[in-house]
Amino acid sequence: MNDTKAPANLDLETPEKTYLDSNELILNMGPQHPATHGVLRVILKLDGEKVLGTECVIGYLHRGVEKIAENRTYTMFNPYVDRMDYVAAVSNGLGYCQAVEKLLSVEAPPRANYIRVILTELNRIASHQLWLGTHALDIGAMTPLFYTFRDREEILKIFEKYCGARLTTHAFRIGGCQYETYAGFEKDVKNFLAFFPPKIDEYEELLTTNRIWLERTKKVGVISGKDCIALGVTGPVLRASGVKWDIRKAQPYANYANFDFEIPTGENGDTYDRYMVRMIEMRQSLRIIEQAVNGIPEGPIMAKVPKVIKPPVGEIYHSIEAPKGELGYFIVSDGSTQPYRVRVRPPSFVNLQALDTMVRGMLVADVVAVIGTLDIVLGEVDR
Amino acid sequence: MVEKYKRQYGSGIEGQSYLGQNCLIVDRSLFPDILQLLCDEEQFDYCVDITAVHYPKREKQFDVIWILYSFPRNERIRVKTQIADGESLPSAVPIWPTANWLEREVYDMFGIKFDGHPDLKRILLPDGWKGHPLRKDYNILQQDNEWVQINLGIESGQ
Repeated sequence: MNDTKAPANLDLETPEKTYLDSNELILNMGPQHPATHGVLRVILKLDGEKVLGTECVIGYLHRGVEKIAENRTYTMFNPYVDRMDYVAAVSNGLGYCQAVEKLLSVEAPPRANYIRVILTELNRIASHQLWLGTHALDIGAMTPLFYTFRDREEILKIFEKYCGARLTTHAFRIGGCQYETYAGFEKDVKNFLAFFPPKIDEYEELLTTNRIWLERTKKVGVISGKDCIALGVTGPVLRASGVKWDIRKAQPYANYANFDFEIPTGENGDTYDRYMVRMIEMRQSLRIIEQAVNGIPEGPIMAKVPKVIKPPVGEIYHSIEAPKGELGYFIVSDGSTQPYRVRVRPPSFVNLQALDTMVRGMLVADVVAVIGTLDIVLGEVDR
Repeated sequence: MVEKYKRQYGSGIEGQSYLGQNCLIVDRSLFPDILQLLCDEEQFDYCVDITAVHYPKREKQFDVIWILYSFPRNERIRVKTQIADGESLPSAVPIWPTANWLEREVYDMFGIKFDGHPDLKRILLPDGWKGHPLRKDYNILQQDNEWVQINLGIESGQ
C-alpha cells in the first residue's frame, strides 16, 4: 500500500486522523462481496470507520479479449464484445461494428441506423435499471430491485423477439443489422414507451425524496468536474459533476444528430446527483426511442459489405456513449482478415480509478454506495 | 498546429491524417515535453487512452499511442511514438492522473516501462505472472504454467 499519498494534480488531501489512539487498520473487501458487483477486491486503509486510502485489485475476470481479437476474423470477434459489458451488450456491439465500418469506409443504411438507435437506447434504459436496482439494494432499499427487474423484463423480451438472445444479443453486424424487425416490433416498442414513464415515477416516489436515501447519497462520494476530467471519468459520473458532455451530442454517430434530446447535468457531483442524472437519462432515452420509432424509414438494413471483411491497412479510433461512459475501440488493420490489434477503451475500468478520490475521508458504508454509483461492470473492467 | 511544432522541434514530429482522424508521429526524444505542451497549450485536457502495438519484425518493436481529447476544442488527436524492446518512456501521470492505470495495463500486457510512474506493477494479471500476453510472440494458448500450478493447485488452466 503506497497510495495514501494523493495523486498528482488533484485537489486532495489525506484526511486527518480522527481517533487519537486507534491504529490504522487494513481491511480487505471482496472479491466475493455482494456489494462489489462482481469480483472486485478493494483493500481499504482505515482509521476507525474513516477511509484513509484504497487500492483496487482487479483482473479476476480477465479473459484476454484483446488477444482473442487478434486470433479471430473481424466477423468472428463481434460476439465477444458483448461479453465485456454484459448488461449493455448492444452498445458494445454498436461501437465495434461502427469502428470496423469506419475502417472499411462503409456506412450503415438509414433504416439500420434507426433500428440501432432504438435497441441501443432500450439497452441504456435496461442498464440503468439494473444499476438502480442493485445500487439501491446496496444502500439498503430492497423494493426498487424487484420493481426494476420486473420492468427490465419488458425490454429483454423485445431483445429476445428481435434476435433470440436476452443479454449477449449480438444484435448488429458489420455494415448494418442481420435481422429485419419482427412483425409487431414497432407496436411492442410503442407499448413500452407508454408503459415505462409511470414506472420511473414509481422508482422516484420510492427514492427521490426518501429521507434515508437522501442521507445516504447527498454529499457522498463528491468529485469535481475538474477532477473527473483529470481522471478521465466519463458518462453520467462526469455529467453529474456539471460537465455537459455526451458523445451523442459532441461527436454524433449513428444518426443521433437528428434526434432532439437533452443532456442532464448535476451540480454537486455527489451520489444523489448521479442518481438524478441517470433517472433523467432514462426519460431522455424514451424521447429518443419515440422519435426513432415514429420516423423509422423503409429500405435496406445492410450496406454492401464484402463477404470476407478485409479492411485496408490503417488504424481507427471510434468511440460511443455507452451507458457507463466513453466506450472506444482502437483497431489496427494490416490488410488481412484478422485485426492486427484491437484495443478496447472501457469506461468502467477508467471510472473505477476514481474510486480512491471519491471515498477518501468517507465512511466504510459510503464505499459501498460509491462503488454502486460508479456503475461498474467487472466483465468490462477486466476484459 | 503541426507546422508550429515542426518549426520548434524540427524533424522529430510529423502529422498524419487517415479517415479524418489526426495523428502526430513524434520521436521518442521529445517526450514528455510534447504531451505537456498538448495538455497545457493545445488544451488536450483529457487523456482518453494509452495503448501499444507490437511489431516484432521491426527494429523498434513497439508503437505506443496516446489518444487525447480536448473539451474546449471538441477534437481528438493521437500521439504515436516508436520504441525498441527494453526502452522506457516517461510517465504521463503528472500530466493526466488517469494515465496511472492505463500505463500499468500497457506495462502488464507489453512489458513497456514508464519512468516516474508512482506504482508501476501488473494490473490485470497476477503479480508473479511471467510474460506479457499482448506481445505477438506470446501464443494465444500460452500461459504461465508454473504460476497456475503453484497458486491454483491444478495442472493447467486449459
